[in-house]
Amino acid sequence: MKKMICLTINGKEYELAAAPNMTLADLLREELLLTGTKKGCELGDCGTCTVIMNGKAVNSCLVLAVQASGKEITTVEGLETDEGLHPLQEKFIENGAIQCGFCTSGMLLSAKTLLDKNPKPDELEIRTAISGNLCRCTGYQKIVESIKDVSEGR
Amino acid sequence: MTEYHVINGRAPRLDAPAKATGRAMYVDDIKLPGMLYGAILQSPLAHAGILNIDTSKALKLPGVKSVLTAEDAGMVHYGVSPARYDETLFVKDRVRYIGDEIAAVAAVDLETALEAVSLIDVEYEELPAVFTMEEAMAEGAPQIHDKYPGNMCAEVHQEFGNVEEAFAQCDLIRTDTFLNKRQDGAFLEPNGVVADFDRNGYLTLHTSTQSPHYVMRIIAMVLSLPVGKVRVVKPYVGGGFGPKAATNSIELASCLLSMKTGKPVKMNFTREQVFLFSRARHQFKHTLTTGVKKDGTLMALTNECYLEGGAYASFGIATVYYAGSLLGAPYRLPNMKYDGYRLYTNRPACGAQRGHGGVAARAAWEQQIDFIAEELGMDPVEIRMKNSMEAGDITCNDFNTSSFGMKDCIEAVKEESNWSEKKGKMPEGKGIGIATGFFVSGAGYPIYRSETAHSTVVIKLNEDGGTAHVLTGSAEIGQGSDTAMAMIAAEALGVPLDCIKVSSGDTDFSVDLGAYSSRQTLMTGHATKNAAEDLKGQVLDVLGEKLKVPVDQMDIKNGFVVFKGEVPDFTSIRTIYAKEHRGFFDNPDSDEPLTFKEAARMAFLARGSMVGTGSYKPGDLGGKFKGAAVGTSPAYGPSAQVVEVTVDKGTGKITIDRMTDAHDCGFAINRTSVEAQMQGSLSMGVGEAMYEEVKFDDKGKILNANLGEYKIATALDMPNVDTIIVESNEPNGPFGAKEVGEGAIMPTIPAILNALYDATGVRIQELPLTPERVFKAIQEKEEREK
Repeated sequence: MKKMICLTINGKEYELAAAPNMTLADLLREELLLTGTKKGCELGDCGTCTVIMNGKAVNSCLVLAVQASGKEITTVEGLETDEGLHPLQEKFIENGAIQCGFCTSGMLLSAKTLLDKNPKPDELEIRTAISGNLCRCTGYQKIVESIKDVSEGR
Repeated sequence: MTEYHVINGRAPRLDAPAKATGRAMYVDDIKLPGMLYGAILQSPLAHAGILNIDTSKALKLPGVKSVLTAEDAGMVHYGVSPARYDETLFVKDRVRYIGDEIAAVAAVDLETALEAVSLIDVEYEELPAVFTMEEAMAEGAPQIHDKYPGNMCAEVHQEFGNVEEAFAQCDLIRTDTFLNKRQDGAFLEPNGVVADFDRNGYLTLHTSTQSPHYVMRIIAMVLSLPVGKVRVVKPYVGGGFGPKAATNSIELASCLLSMKTGKPVKMNFTREQVFLFSRARHQFKHTLTTGVKKDGTLMALTNECYLEGGAYASFGIATVYYAGSLLGAPYRLPNMKYDGYRLYTNRPACGAQRGHGGVAARAAWEQQIDFIAEELGMDPVEIRMKNSMEAGDITCNDFNTSSFGMKDCIEAVKEESNWSEKKGKMPEGKGIGIATGFFVSGAGYPIYRSETAHSTVVIKLNEDGGTAHVLTGSAEIGQGSDTAMAMIAAEALGVPLDCIKVSSGDTDFSVDLGAYSSRQTLMTGHATKNAAEDLKGQVLDVLGEKLKVPVDQMDIKNGFVVFKGEVPDFTSIRTIYAKEHRGFFDNPDSDEPLTFKEAARMAFLARGSMVGTGSYKPGDLGGKFKGAAVGTSPAYGPSAQVVEVTVDKGTGKITIDRMTDAHDCGFAINRTSVEAQMQGSLSMGVGEAMYEEVKFDDKGKILNANLGEYKIATALDMPNVDTIIVESNEPNGPFGAKEVGEGAIMPTIPAILNALYDATGVRIQELPLTPERVFKAIQEKEEREK
């Protein structure tokens, strides 16, 4: 039996019917076609499905859609504004922090969560904030540099 | 020195904006109208006979559209190397590992498909199994493939020079045994597919692959379809690293399900299924004996290697050859003997992974060279410099190096890391280590015997010349090949980078063997350069006719026509162009030099669509002995690394403090991407050295088939890497370019091992370097010294 849920995604309010066993990741991907949220393991290990829920970075594969009711969600599609790309997106592009791109959405959202709370993190704080987001391509260096660039206003 | 406008700089990647905004489409993001969902039934037993398969209950489940077994799929054997086609789409009467594919289902949704799979009844007769190389080789061991007695998938015996005679002249001979562990590719995107068989008999497969071309061939062969009717399309791929170069079971199953149902069929591996399919790094057991002269001159090497291969061959024939052929270089080693054995076991099949076949061998030998240096009282840098090959050297197994900046790399990391100030002078618990390595820049021969071009490229100009569209079957899997090809095309055609559009990864576009053996920059790069030059020649041909200027007196640079002599009057061309472009915004200014767009428009008006084509095939490479092809390449990329570590003797925990890496990539097309490949390679090497091991229970079931318990390097594990790009201008590479994607991993593990020894005095000959293993080794050493 589906349940009605009400939530805000990227600033837009939605009223949706969701099966009780549907994850937030599947709601975003399958129902709303917000496919920028990736599914790399569906166990909460890899971080590719990271979204921001009420200011916290969460693995959307471990959140049920019904648990997200009443919450405010930001996905990668919500990072760009009318003013253009988010500075993190710009730096990731400019610095070559993106290779296969499968971790990128989650990385960006974990980084945004960090900078929203702590605009001037040191390198260890940056690395800790993205330590739940696995990347097999980059060795993390250009990702860390990009986050540092944004925090230091470069 | 040639001046370049595009290459050798730092271009942002073409795919980065789509990936940064979530718009990039990966295979699981594809939805087609009427699409069904597929699932596979995999064996729960490591080795068993199949007595009966009953699909009747599954077929009756509402929503199920098709249930397929070997009865429907037939028994066409396939694999990777035609010499060992030992797999079938579904097994018929025997399962050989936990995960072996028995049946597949297509249904209206995934839930129904999975339920149907659970309703298939299989009657098994469990058979004794073998899980290790020792068990596989034991007298009277259960046999996995009737065709390959002794569970011997492949063996290799090679000798170059005369090892025995050389040993007789050596002052020091040392033997070591080294063991790595089975790895997983651990790419972030699980394999997935969408197959679509249309009413006109065309099959399109969207798949997360490294080699659309090879997948297309296998599908056509196994499903008995004409090659021209099968199209394989690679969307964006979330990493591959080797395992995605082999055709997988859901690629074949989804196609057959789509053919049977007439509907598109989507299938995905779960993360656990990624581990079960595996095709990743083998376990290797190397026994190396190296002989040297007192002055450190390397004289001879014998290498005996056993590989635990799993249930099928996959890339394993190439792997067992590579485990031998990739030693020797980067040193001037005159005598080498290799005996390699790849064993079948009742575990998932291993295959290719970054640094194919050579990584464990390299780790073993580079550590042994340090031991030898110590015994001779030589500095590790000195022994490597003394023996290092140089451009033009040919290895004892007939690999020809046309550029080889090995010494430059060693000097570079020595200086950058401040080696001389640190070696032997580090405080307690800290250590420094160096190692080197090299890798092919594209396999010299295709995986199947053929005279085929390794890469063809088509570049199509739109009618005003404003966009040149590069069409290639090559595979962008995250490494940045689309951007490299765009840069090469821009440079060769003479236009700015933003005039190039790249469409890749589609077998309808061109023939390209794909992303493996670090081949695309060199091989697809050559084909791209040739296609761009062909196109430029055609445009200049027409322009020459119009302006009465010989073609060799003109060139195109940065979007403008350049005349070597006097600039002719081109006002008539500008007038024609302006007429054609009345009302458009982008007409050239009246005082601008003649633009490429104007020249291209003239060419289009004169001849119609302007299309340039390019093709690349390496010449005959290598020797004439059996297996001589494996390891041949038009070029080789050497590299050197220095690693600094801190070891906590109380816990055995190693912290990697600093890594300095120098890589000879020939000529860097995109410097940012070269660094990115170096950093990424090192992180995979750190993972293999420190954490990664696929573990099994005593029934052959994987214990850690997830990314929580199978640990790869996180952001907290990786230090920043000092990356030094060494450029050697490779004569066989396009603009002098060669590989960086795999060679960079080669020195990582041994450099860590050598740093660990420097820090603690313990020699560890088994990976991974878990705190437990390191702590025990330190304890044992302290016991011995009491």
